[in-house]
Amino acid sequence: MTYEIKNFKHMKFGVIVFPGSNCDHDAYHALKHEHGIDTTFIWHKDTDLGNVDGIIIPGGFSYGDYLRSGAIARFSPVMNEVAGFADKGGPVLGICNGFQILLEAQLLPGTMMHNEQLRFTCKFVNLLCQNRNTPFTTNIPENRLLSIPVAHGEGNYYADRDLLKKFEDGNQIVLRYCNAEGEITPETNPNGSTANIAGICNEKGNVVGMMPHPERAVEEKLGSADGRFFFESALAQIAPAL
Amino acid sequence: MQVDIVITLRESILDPKGKASHHALENLGFKEISAVRIGKFIQLEVDTDDPAQARDLAAAACEKLLANTVMENYEIRLPDSTTT
Repeated sequence: MTYEIKNFKHMKFGVIVFPGSNCDHDAYHALKHEHGIDTTFIWHKDTDLGNVDGIIIPGGFSYGDYLRSGAIARFSPVMNEVAGFADKGGPVLGICNGFQILLEAQLLPGTMMHNEQLRFTCKFVNLLCQNRNTPFTTNIPENRLLSIPVAHGEGNYYADRDLLKKFEDGNQIVLRYCNAEGEITPETNPNGSTANIAGICNEKGNVVGMMPHPERAVEEKLGSADGRFFFESALAQIAPAL
Repeated sequence: MQVDIVITLRESILDPKGKASHHALENLGFKEISAVRIGKFIQLEVDTDDPAQARDLAAAACEKLLANTVMENYEIRLPDSTTT
């Protein structure tokens, strides 16, 4: 299968790089080479995002995951800029360790714990998108099951009852783990996360965090191209007139 | 002076590491151990001799960085000779 790659030179994405990020180049590749989006790396010490239209906080082990995943990265100078960007409604996607950083930075609510079974989990999972109104999910067809890999040791998302209620009222649960029939069952939960949550968004919907790696699923030869929906959604949102 | 901090998971939070260690201890024959919780121990060296100030500093460090208060509790321990 081939994809039409357009060149959106006047639209720019930034990929934040921390010491220990290791999915930064995958995200860069997915944005730039697979979707033709002008993309730039932003070093964690930078205090200027350089007029980007969207931000990706990639996966990895920022600062070796010392203390807690994402705990030290959130105090990097660039995170002030990311918080300001998010506050103005800018689209921010945190993937895996990026999700953990967004939680520690309190740009998203809740917290992340070690996988219930204590194992690093690396496999394709089925996902159901339950909020197609975020900048990264609008192009996901309704009720389309997504096959995207997870790779984490701390993906056990925890939300207490009050937060869960708030999520449900505000439609903030974006992705949930499910089986091949689209049923959300305990058996399909790879890490023990509350309510099979794989991804959430903030109240405004512009900040999204997800444990699965869409940047690792952008070509059929990688096993799935379902990750493309997330980048295509961003394109459609940020550059609707193109 | 030295300040010790003990960080533990809140009671309501499942502790998978503690659970796994407990199982291992049971298998080794430690039947009298009924539960295991695993936390973190952090030692700070602070530039003050005032116990109250040291405690405040440690508490601020816990709130800001060292503990995730959504899921963790922290306990600050000063040397035995000092009381606050």
